[in-house]
Amino acid sequence: MREAIAEQVHDGDAIALGLALESGIPFAAVHEIIRQQRRDLTLIGPISDMAFDQLIAAGTTARVIAAWVGNVAGGSGYGFRRAYEQAIPRRLVMEDHSNFTVGLALQAAAMGVPFLPTFTGIGGDIVRNHPRIRPIEDPFGGPAPLAVAALRPDVAIIHVQRADAQGNAHLWGNLGLTVEAAYAARRTIITCEEIVPEDIIRSDPNRTMIPGFLTTAVVEVPGGALPSSVQGHWRRDFEPFLDYHRRSRTADGFEAWLREWVLDLPDRAAYLQHMGEAAVERLRVRDEHLAASANFAP
Amino acid sequence: MTSGYTRRELMVVAAAREIHDREVVFVGMRLPLLGFGLARATHAPNAVGLFENGVIRDRPAEAFIYTMGDPPNITGAIACLGLLDVMSLLQQGRVDVGFIGGAEIDPLGNLNTTRTSGSGSLVRLPGSGGGCDIASLAGRTVLIMEHEPRRFRPHVDYITSPGHFPGRRRGGPSTLITTLGVFDLSPTGVRVRTLHPGVTAEQVRQATGFPLDVSDAVQATPPPSTDELAYIRRADPEGFWTRRESPANPLRTMTAG
Repeated sequence: MREAIAEQVHDGDAIALGLALESGIPFAAVHEIIRQQRRDLTLIGPISDMAFDQLIAAGTTARVIAAWVGNVAGGSGYGFRRAYEQAIPRRLVMEDHSNFTVGLALQAAAMGVPFLPTFTGIGGDIVRNHPRIRPIEDPFGGPAPLAVAALRPDVAIIHVQRADAQGNAHLWGNLGLTVEAAYAARRTIITCEEIVPEDIIRSDPNRTMIPGFLTTAVVEVPGGALPSSVQGHWRRDFEPFLDYHRRSRTADGFEAWLREWVLDLPDRAAYLQHMGEAAVERLRVRDEHLAASANFAP
Repeated sequence: MTSGYTRRELMVVAAAREIHDREVVFVGMRLPLLGFGLARATHAPNAVGLFENGVIRDRPAEAFIYTMGDPPNITGAIACLGLLDVMSLLQQGRVDVGFIGGAEIDPLGNLNTTRTSGSGSLVRLPGSGGGCDIASLAGRTVLIMEHEPRRFRPHVDYITSPGHFPGRRRGGPSTLITTLGVFDLSPTGVRVRTLHPGVTAEQVRQATGFPLDVSDAVQATPPPSTDELAYIRRADPEGFWTRRESPANPLRTMTAG
């Protein structure tokens, strides 16, 4: 993880993450970015849960392009609020979107077109004087839509259940904007619960959401999305979201949280150790609810 | 707490009654999630639910969930797609009804979940999530809010999720469910449909930050039936959404996402 972030994520980069919405948030990568003190980042995502709040409060972030920044369990993100309202720890530029418009912006980049039309947002303030959304005419004479300009992240960071060493990634469950972001981004970091032999990937090619030639780094990091859930591997751990919400209410409280859960821990293994074995085991999914097999015989 | 059930349980029942059989519903979380399950279990057994993370379900999750991405909401789903897939269905006009919450509302049903200076200083709220999309594109929308004067404003500072406006292509807010009553929303403004049992007309006028015509003769919101309450308590066994006061309380989170 250390090398992947060092090589792939640079100061000033635009990073897409938290793309599946509430599940599979790559917190291990987020914490490594904070430990490596990246600066002037642009964060891109639909809703971000508390990952964006942590990156903002830690001073890594200059700009956010998103539909929602907060803490799904607690509501407000205090780090985001301090940055937006009081420029603490630094000034934050916010480009507000809806989930659909941030998705269309990524999809336009994924398709290699300059923009995509939509009818969402008309009559509201998000699309008014927006740097990336403008009214256009329908060349075929229909009602006038809005154009959402393409948005190409430098890096997408995506947590999946399994990938092979080439970065061919199997992901199942809700997808959110995962696929669009991986296709749009210049580089894609895959973090996964397990690296598997490539014949497992080839056994079920419909489940490959990201083909490996788009992947620029693949890292095995079990539990790398905790406290968010990963289908078939981890339940959502609710309490850390509330604990973060309480402690991040003040800048000092955030600093103490940051030391305890990020800066004083070298890596994700140490994070899991700090959670304690009982807590980790309580979240681990042990039941099986297997999909029926699909016959790919020629 | 009114006798035998909470206001929030009544709100879940009111939400469920907004869903008709065979409708396609953009569900959202918290109270509407319970409302969708309740509707399916009672009068709308063929309703289909879409979630903005890409999940499509025709029956509620079998275990309690905090978010739409929690594993029990995936197990047994009909389909797990992407956000653009379900948003495309919404934009195409295939979603009958969507649910949204807001921090602030005006008489045209415009919702603000982005930023407000209503209390004197600037407060940044989380933003739209999918709220703006549902408000813009669903066949009709049902809004769910805490009924407080500071939230009911003649004009909102920022229109995150558009309400009624001239030239609207389709839909718009049809119903507002609050902690005090159920209201009809239309291009001509807000009208009281029912007040929750025990709520007076004066109480509603006081709690609404813009003029609202409330007759003393208005009917009471029909209370939950025994079956409806039994369903809600099975679906929310610890009262997380319907009985507990917590930071995660559905009406405190000010979010559509």
